Amino acid sequence: MLELKNISFLVDDAGKDKEIIRDVSLTIPDRKLVVVTGPNGGGKSTLARLIAGIEKPTAGRIFFNGEDITELGITERAQKGIAYAFQQPVRFKGIRVLDLIRIAAGKTLSVSDACQYLSSVGLCARDYVDREVNASLSGGELKRIEIATVLARKAVLSVFDEPEAGIDLWSFRNLTEVFQRMREDIRDSSILIISHQERILNIADEIIVIKGGTVEKRGSREEVYPHLMRTEVAELCEGPYQPVGKGNAGC
Amino acid sequence: MLKLDEIQKRLLREVADLHEVPEGAYNIRSNSQSAGRQSTANIEIVSKEDVSGLEIRIRPGTKNESVHIPVVMTQSGLKEVVYNDFFIGEGADVVIVAGCGIDNCGNQDSQHDGIHRFYVGKNARIRYVEKHYGSGTGSGKRILNPGTEVYMEEGSYAEMEMVQIKGVDDTERTTTAELAAGAKLLVRERLMTHGEQRAISRYVVNLNGEGASADVVSRSVARDRSFQKFDAKIAGNAACHGHTECDSIIMDEGRILAVPALEANNVDAELVHEAAIGKIAGEQLTKLMTLGLTAAEAEEQIINGFLQ
Repeated sequence: MLELKNISFLVDDAGKDKEIIRDVSLTIPDRKLVVVTGPNGGGKSTLARLIAGIEKPTAGRIFFNGEDITELGITERAQKGIAYAFQQPVRFKGIRVLDLIRIAAGKTLSVSDACQYLSSVGLCARDYVDREVNASLSGGELKRIEIATVLARKAVLSVFDEPEAGIDLWSFRNLTEVFQRMREDIRDSSILIISHQERILNIADEIIVIKGGTVEKRGSREEVYPHLMRTEVAELCEGPYQPVGKGNAGC
Repeated sequence: MLKLDEIQKRLLREVADLHEVPEGAYNIRSNSQSAGRQSTANIEIVSKEDVSGLEIRIRPGTKNESVHIPVVMTQSGLKEVVYNDFFIGEGADVVIVAGCGIDNCGNQDSQHDGIHRFYVGKNARIRYVEKHYGSGTGSGKRILNPGTEVYMEEGSYAEMEMVQIKGVDDTERTTTAELAAGAKLLVRERLMTHGEQRAISRYVVNLNGEGASADVVSRSVARDRSFQKFDAKIAGNAACHGHTECDSIIMDEGRILAVPALEANNVDAELVHEAAIGKIAGEQLTKLMTLGLTAAEAEEQIINGFLQ
């Protein structure tokens, strides 16, 4: 279980403090798939980076399975079982897809085991396993490999920052299956997905809406979804929230 | 294997991946002496008479054979210049593995300057691998100054892998190549310097015949207070393609000077150079750390991959 208690995150904006996250408290329970949604620039990605340890909060504490991990670095959090999929995956010259999956698994995986992770994100494993994770891969291919590395970690808490971004429609249909299979494969684990996508919101146990750096609403899908739809319809007509997959939502 | 102690065997493993006596033709040079030699029906190795070195003659049409000519030095203060000439017959297709390992535990400098000349016959193909390695705790320097000359006849192909990853204090590498029509040269250099090391790598490639092509790519890492200079010139003297690339990671107080040069002497010459020097991208470290590696382990993975 992950608990954020009164988390704030300030950055320096031309000499003035700018609050990206403002006094956020929330819990990600075990065995739950939680989707964080909300308008762009609302602080969702920052929240994910704070959980992974890439950013440190300026106030508040983070607890993971009861342990205060606020002061722990990225590596220590990863070793405690937090996985993080980048919104924009990183490229490496010379590191092969197989190498990255092996590093993620933390052990020497056989090629066929590594291939299974690639197959589960819709890549023909034989064609990719020996390729370098470099600029020769398209954005969509990289994104799927990024998800495969997180699957290979079999983490207690997996955080995905907009996993659907840059993925084509075919693989997108499979993406929700990937998350559902992940829930079955990794028992007692929880999954946190940052997403605007209706299909992903539809598989959530809980939805958290982050707006202006604070939690605007949280609850079960049944509770939050109707609210979200109403807000979206309103904001679609005024901007700036641009959900994917609903057309013009009636405005 | 003849007369080799454990350190010499270890050096052989490092520079030529040799665990046993190699198959095919070979000459193993240890502390300026031949520690073993074998010619085959198609590949003849003989000592030069005027200077120190070998003549390696590969018959036309020889296929799928290899030549190993590794050098190991464990005697501090030894300095040698060796001239090895390779004559690769028309239509042959062979692998040549050279390389030099120096273990210097003494306080005098050890130096091996290997001058290799390749005469690659018409339509012949070679793959050449040269690894350099140094070890030993002595204050004496480990110095290697390889000179490589490649003369390529029509339609020939040469792939050259030059590797120096560890332990060599001072290197000046000079590689020159002359390519006739349709000849193709591929160079892959991998270099890592550390401590106070200095490595200079010069290439001069002349594309003389129509359809000749060259691709010279260097990947390097400069750590600590080491210095590297990459100086590559491709001259296009006919309708040809030339590409040179220097891609480097700089760390600590390392310094790198890249001097790519192109010279087009024919209106149909197509020449390209690329050079990039920079430190390891922070997000690469972050990504590997989110997979559970420490910062130091992540750095090692990135460098190992980069130098693969």
